[in-house]
Amino acid sequence: MNEIAIEVNDLSKTYPKSKVKALDGVSFQVKTGKVLGLLGPNGAGKTTIVRILTTIIKQDSGSAKIFGLDLASRTHAIKQLIGLAGQYAAVDENLTGFENLTMISRLNHMNKVAAKSKALELLEKFDLIAAKDRTLKTYSGGMRRRLDLAASLVNNPAILFLDEPTTGLDPQSRLMLWDSIQNLVKSGTTVLLTTQYLEEADRLADTIIVIDHGRLIANGTPTDLKKRFGSSVISITLRNAEATDSATRLLSANFPNKLLSEDNTLKVISQDGPKLTLDVLRIIDANNIEIVGLNVSEPSLDDVFLTLTGQTIQEN
Amino acid sequence: MTDVLQNSTKTNWTKSIYWLVTDTLTMTKRNLISYTRIPQALFFSTLQPVMFVLLFRYVFGNAIPIKNIQYVNYLIPGIFVQTVLFGSVSTGIGLAEDLQKGIIERFRALPMSKMAVLTGRTIADMARNIVVVTIITGVGFAVGFRIQTSVLSFVNGLLLLLLFSFAVSWGFTIVGLSAPNSETAQVMSFPLIFPLTFASSAFVPVATMPTWLRDFATYQPVSVLVDASRKLMVNFPANISNWSAVESIFWSLGAIAILLPLAVYKFSKAK
Ligand SMILES: Nc1ncnc2c1ncn2[C@@H]1O[C@H](COP(=O)(O)OP(=O)(O)O)[C@@H](O)[C@H]1O
Ligand SMILES: [Mg+2]
Repeated sequence: MNEIAIEVNDLSKTYPKSKVKALDGVSFQVKTGKVLGLLGPNGAGKTTIVRILTTIIKQDSGSAKIFGLDLASRTHAIKQLIGLAGQYAAVDENLTGFENLTMISRLNHMNKVAAKSKALELLEKFDLIAAKDRTLKTYSGGMRRRLDLAASLVNNPAILFLDEPTTGLDPQSRLMLWDSIQNLVKSGTTVLLTTQYLEEADRLADTIIVIDHGRLIANGTPTDLKKRFGSSVISITLRNAEATDSATRLLSANFPNKLLSEDNTLKVISQDGPKLTLDVLRIIDANNIEIVGLNVSEPSLDDVFLTLTGQTIQEN
Repeated sequence: MTDVLQNSTKTNWTKSIYWLVTDTLTMTKRNLISYTRIPQALFFSTLQPVMFVLLFRYVFGNAIPIKNIQYVNYLIPGIFVQTVLFGSVSTGIGLAEDLQKGIIERFRALPMSKMAVLTGRTIADMARNIVVVTIITGVGFAVGFRIQTSVLSFVNGLLLLLLFSFAVSWGFTIVGLSAPNSETAQVMSFPLIFPLTFASSAFVPVATMPTWLRDFATYQPVSVLVDASRKLMVNFPANISNWSAVESIFWSLGAIAILLPLAVYKFSKAK
C-alpha cells in the first residue's frame, strides 16, 4: 500500500463562467490512514479541490495523484478507490433509503444480490434500517446526511471525501456523524474533510490546511497551528467604542501583527502568556482605560484563522 | 486494490457498452420510480392533452370543416404529436432539477457510464410517453375517434411518434444541461416547442395559413410527422402514398445523430 494517499501539486482552476480563480497553486499531501481537514471560509475553494480530486472536474494546471495514480490518466481506477459525500446531500428524494443505496451500489457495478445486501448492511450500520422503505422526503436532515455518508461507502473506499459533512446539522446529529467518521478512520480509511467549523477540524483532523481565495495560507497539525501563532491569547473587553479605539491604538503600537479585534473585545496573541498579560494590563492601566472583562486562554483555531486572514471564518 | 488496477487496464469497447446498457437500466428504473412517486405530475401531464382533445373536439372543431374526413379523426393524430412533444419537455426539466440538487455530482464521481445519466433519462421519458399515449388513445376513442386503417398501421403510427419524441428529448437534454434551474428549463422549452406544434398540420390544414407561414408549416418536421401518422392511422388524405413516414424517420434519426453526441459532449464537459 502506498504511503501517500493523496498528492496535490500546484493545482489551479479558474471557472470559465464566473472567471473566478477558485484555486491558485495549491499543493499538499495526505498520508494513508490520516485525516486532512481542509479549512476555509465560504468561497475559499474547498469544494473545487474536492471536485477535482473526485474526478468531477479537471484542473487547468498542476497535477494530482491518488495512491500514486495520476488523476488525469487513471480516472476510472481512481473512481473505484474513492467515495464522495458532497456538500449537499446528493440523494434522490423520491426514492427510499434502500432504493437509493441499491442504486448507488449498482452504479458501482456490483451485482444485484451484492447491491441489496450492501444496502442493508449500510442501513443497519447507520441506524436507518427502520426507515429503509420510506422515501427520503420523510427523512430529517441528519438522516439524509447519514444516508449520504452511507452512499459514499458502498464501494468500501480507501479514501473518503467529505465536503462540509455537518453543515446545517443540529449538534446531536453532528456528534453522531463525527462518531461515524471516527469509526471509519479507525478501520483505516483515509479522509479528506472540508469544513468551516474549527471545532470539527480540531476534533477530527490529523493535519489541517487553511485555504483562502484559492491559496494555501497555513499547513500543520492543529497543535502546530495554534503554537505557531502563539501559545496564549489574552482578551480584554472594554466598556465602549471610545475606550476600544484608544486601547486599539496603544496596543497595536506595542504588539504589531498580534492584535485582533471583535466589537469591544481585543485579543493579543503571544508565546508568553503571563508576561504578556502583565504588559497588556500595565499599558491599559497607565492610560486609565477601564476594562470590563479579562480572559487568558489557549488560542482557538478561530484565533489562528483571524490572524491569518483578518476575518473570522464564518464571517460571510 | 491491485484487482481494481488490473481490471481497469482491461477496459474495452464491449465492456463499456455492457456498462452503458446496465447503467442505463439502473437510471431508467430510478427515473420511472420517481414518476410513480409523484402521481400528480403524471396526472397533470395527461390532463393537458385531454383538455386539448376536448377543446378542439367540442369548441373549435365545428368551425374547422375538412373535406373527406371527420374532424375528430383529423385531430387525434395531431393530439398524439402534441402530447409526445410536450411530454419530451420534461426531459430537460428533470435533468435541470437533478443538476440543481447535486445528485449528478455524485453520479459523476462514480465509476458508472456517464452517458447513462442521459440515456436513462430519455428512455424513461419515452416509457412515460407510452403510458400517456395509451391513455390518450382511450380518450380519443371515447370522443369518437376511429382507426380507418388497421391496428398494425395505427401502432406503426405510434412508433413513429415515439421515435420522434425520443429525438426531441435529446434536444431538451441540451436545454436541461444549459439551464441554470428547472424553472428556466421549462421557460426555455416553450418558445421552441410552441411554433413547431402549432405552426404545423396538427390541428388545421396548412393550406389555411398565410403563405409565409405555410412554407414553414409544410416542411417542418412536426408537420411531416403529423402527416405520416395521420396517413397511418386514418388513411388521410386517401389518394397519396405515405412518403412522409420515410421522411419522418429520416428527420428523427438525423436529429438523434446530431443531438445525442452534442448532449453527451456538453454533459461530459462538467462546469
Ligand atoms: N460551477 C462554478 N462556476 C463558476 N464559479 C464557481 C463554480 N463553483 C464555484 N465557483 C466559484 O469559485 C470559488 C470557490 O468556490 P468553492 O470551491 O465552491 O468554495 P468553498 O467550497 O470553499 O465554499 C467561489 O468564488 C465560487 O463562487
Ligand atoms: Mg463548498
